This record gives sequence, structure tokens and C-alpha cells, in this order.
Amino acid sequence: MEGFTALYIFMLAAFTGYEVIARVPAILHTPLMSGSNFIHGVVLVGAMIALGHADTTLEKIIGFLGVMLATGNAVGGYVVTERMLEMFTSSKGEAK
Amino acid sequence: MDDLQMFLIQTAYFFAAILFILGLKKMGSPVTARGGIVWAGIGMVLATIVTFLTPKIGNLGLIITAIMLGALPAWWFAKRVAMTDMPQMIALYNGMGGGAAAAIAAVELLKGTNHETLAILGALIGSVSFSGSIIAYAKLKGLMKKSWAFHNQQLITIALFTTIILLGVGIIMAPSHMVALQFMITMFFILALLFGILMTLPIGGADMPVVISLYNALTGLAVAFEGFVLGNEAMIIAGIVVGSAGTLLTRLMAKAMNRSLIHVLLPSANEENNNSKDDEQGSLKPIDAMDAGIMMAYAQQVIIIPGYGMAVAQAQHKIWELTKTLIENKVAVKFAIHPVAGRMPGHMNVLLAEAGVPYDIIYDLDDINEEFEKTDVVLVIGANDVVNPVARTNPESPIYGMPILNADKAKNVVVIKRGEGAGFSGIKNNLFYADNTRMLYGDGQKMAAELLQNIKSL
Repeated sequence: MEGFTALYIFMLAAFTGYEVIARVPAILHTPLMSGSNFIHGVVLVGAMIALGHADTTLEKIIGFLGVMLATGNAVGGYVVTERMLEMFTSSKGEAK
Repeated sequence: MDDLQMFLIQTAYFFAAILFILGLKKMGSPVTARGGIVWAGIGMVLATIVTFLTPKIGNLGLIITAIMLGALPAWWFAKRVAMTDMPQMIALYNGMGGGAAAAIAAVELLKGTNHETLAILGALIGSVSFSGSIIAYAKLKGLMKKSWAFHNQQLITIALFTTIILLGVGIIMAPSHMVALQFMITMFFILALLFGILMTLPIGGADMPVVISLYNALTGLAVAFEGFVLGNEAMIIAGIVVGSAGTLLTRLMAKAMNRSLIHVLLPSANEENNNSKDDEQGSLKPIDAMDAGIMMAYAQQVIIIPGYGMAVAQAQHKIWELTKTLIENKVAVKFAIHPVAGRMPGHMNVLLAEAGVPYDIIYDLDDINEEFEKTDVVLVIGANDVVNPVARTNPESPIYGMPILNADKAKNVVVIKRGEGAGFSGIKNNLFYADNTRMLYGDGQKMAAELLQNIKSL
């Protein structure tokens, strides 16, 4: 990827992240941290590619650990966030 | 054939990136939050599946085995963790992401890459996030007591950091088939992991949420850097968005806790001894559950201030029952949540939500502080420092300047407390000695049950 294109992507994505979070109420801070934690679980994709072209035993071992850790990040992050968010109910829509 | 595959992969990554951003956006409102995580989840599944189509991808058996081995325990523990333990669980999963980013960097550096600088940066940040998050987990879990400092700590940390940077520059400059290169890379990772541990050890438990949030942002950044190394757009976008959102979130948390980030990361030694001369004249005045119940039942408005102690005592379900009974008796009940109630901002909301309390009777500090003056009874359960008026009055107190809930301005305050000890920070609470305060001693859950029973019997 060209240097400046990369920089532009970096800048625009950074603004996006900032704007998306900027007006979030404090009650959602914990689930939101957990949710963004899940989203960087996309590191799994990179770990798969790394393991996918690993040749030596050492590379394979490290790549294997990488995929395991990344899966833990993605799966754990999703389940935990979902469990927290499913509990948020309003007094109007609630089944009594 | 490869062209079609690449097109498919690029398209899927593109949609995954959109789903991540929209998902995060939806998670910003309690009404749409659930949908948000599902959208992001669909993006993740999409990105993962198409990655199997990557041209010349090998070791498929290993990849699938690793995914299985990673997914099962993560799923198992995530399903079972108690809501009170959520902060440390998030720290752990976040650390795994950092570790994975570091692992990618290690493989790419060993193979030789054109983007050594970015790979090194991602490796450093990912490693620090990995080992630092594990320390944070251990601290919050109570496996490791308090802060842990030794002589010349800051000096050693700075020396270590300098060594890591020099080593990193060395790896970037070294010719690609140098014999010592593999050794240098190994040393780099060991020192980077050590640095994460040293950086996190001296930080106190109360500041951990800020640190976890910071590591979350850092992992995002590390993922983005490794994304550039691999030329993977999904990782770049997701990583940077999380990096910047996480940075903002860290700042919001630090602000809510009245801590500056520098203060958190470089704790100074002279913060410990503080119980100077803030002796409030007055005594603790006990009350029993019957009188407290009557007070609440005949009030116009009651505000409940829950703290982490309530969740530890598992009293939130009884408190919600109590609230419903009071509402049936035409008493207006509101919950007031301090930004740092629980173990991290928003944690208390999760704990109350678990008990079934609807989020629209839960108020933030700014929204409710005006109301205390016209409130008849404030019930404080398991909270301490967040209602301590010395934060307003005594400039010598370590919590001076922290925004607090003005419970002391209410007509009556009932504090449910196990005994007469001090709070999490060890600071004496002047609210407990005030004329309008009554102490209801006992276990949170038991006292809440007794209050409920007494109010029902009226």
C-alpha cells in the first residue's frame, strides 16, 4: 500500500472511531469497551494468514499460538459483550 | 482464479469493515446496543470465512485446530464468568488480542518483511498489551495484592524501554540474513513482555479500569500496524477505529475518576500516607431496619446509591424488589450511579441490569446531583468514596476534586454497611458522621431483605 494512501486511511479511520464514540452515555462504557475489544479480534484474520504461510517449525508454533489467542479474543469478547448487552431493558418494553 | 478469489476476499473485508463501524455506532445507545454486537459479529464471521480462500494459504489443519482450541475455552469461560468479574475478563480477552498481534509480528519478522518498522512497533505494543493485561487481570482478580514497587523502579523501566528501542532499531537496520537476527528478535520480544509487566505492576487496583481501557486501545493500534504489514484492510480499519475509540474512552474514564493518565501510568510513591487531620467531630448513629423501612415507605422520593459492595453481597436483586415495592407505595425511586461505581465506568449499570432494573430509572451524576436537596431518603449501599463530602471540602484529601454524589444534601441518609471500617481508598468518610445520616449495620443482602419485609408489613 502506498505511504500516503495508508496515512489517509489511518487519519480517516481514526476520526471515525472518535466520532462514533464521542456522544456515548457513561452507562455503556463497560459494554462498549468490551465491544471494541471484540472488534480488534479481527486480528484472527491476520493470525490465520501468518500461520497459513509459516514454513519453519518455530514459525508454525508461533503462528499456532497467534491463532489460538486471536480466537480467544474474538469468541470471548463476543460472548461477554452479548451477555452484558442482553440485560439492558427499558421499563416500558419489559415483560412484567 | 486467483483474481476472483481476491475480489471475493476484498469485498468481504470491505463489508466487514462497514459492519464493524456500524456495530460500534449502534453499541453507543442502550436501545440499539444488542443489535450492534450482532452486526459486528456477522462482520467477524464473514472476514474469518473468506480468509480461508486466501491464495496459497497452507497449514489449514493447524489453523482449524488452533481455532477450535482457542474458541472452546474462551466460549466456556465467557459464558460462566460472573458479572462482578467482567472487568478482569475483558482485560484477559484483550491481552489475547495483543498477544496475537505480537505473534503475527514475530512470524513476519522471522520470515523477513518489507515493513519492518511497523512490524516492530506492532510487536512492542502488542507484547506490552499482552503481558500488561495479564497483570491487570491478576490484580483485579485479587491474585496479586495492591501495587508493587521496588527501588529505582522508574529508572529501570526507562532503561529497559531504551534497550527495547535500540534493539528494535537494530533489527530494522540488520541485513536480512544476519546470524544474530533471530536471537535479537527473541530478545526483543522477551524484553517487551517484561516491560509490559514492569509498567503495570506499580499501578494500584483502583486505576486498573483506565489501564485496561488503555491496553484495549493499544491492542487496536497493534492490530492496525500488523494489518499494514500484511496488507490486510479489515485489520487496518478495525484496528485504527478501536485504537481511536479506545483512546477517547480511556480519557473519558480517567476524567470520570479524576485521574490524569500520566498520574495513573507514573504513580508517585508519596501518595500512600494521607490520613492526616480530617477528623470530623461527631459520631456514628445506628438505625435498625424497621425504622429505616418506615422512613423510606413514607418518603416522597428515595434515591438509591449502589456501590461495588452491593454487588459483592449479591444484594442487587433484593434492592430491585425493594424498589418495586416502594414504587407500588407511590414513592418515587431513582438510582444514582457514580461514574466509577463498580470496578469500571458503566460496570454498575451492567450489574443493575442483570438484576432487572430498567435503565431509565438509573441516573448519571450530572443528571441527579441537583435532586438530592429535595430528596427525603438516600439509601447508600456498598458505596463509600463516591459519596464522601471531603472531596468537596478538604483540599488535603487525596480524593479532593473528584466529582461526588451529593448525598449529604438530602434530608435523611441511610447507609447500609458491614462494619465501621474505611472504604476502598482507606479514607474516612465524613458523610457517615453527619447529623442527617443513620448507619444500618449488616450484610447488604440481609439488610435489603429486612427492609423489604418491614416495608411490606406496613
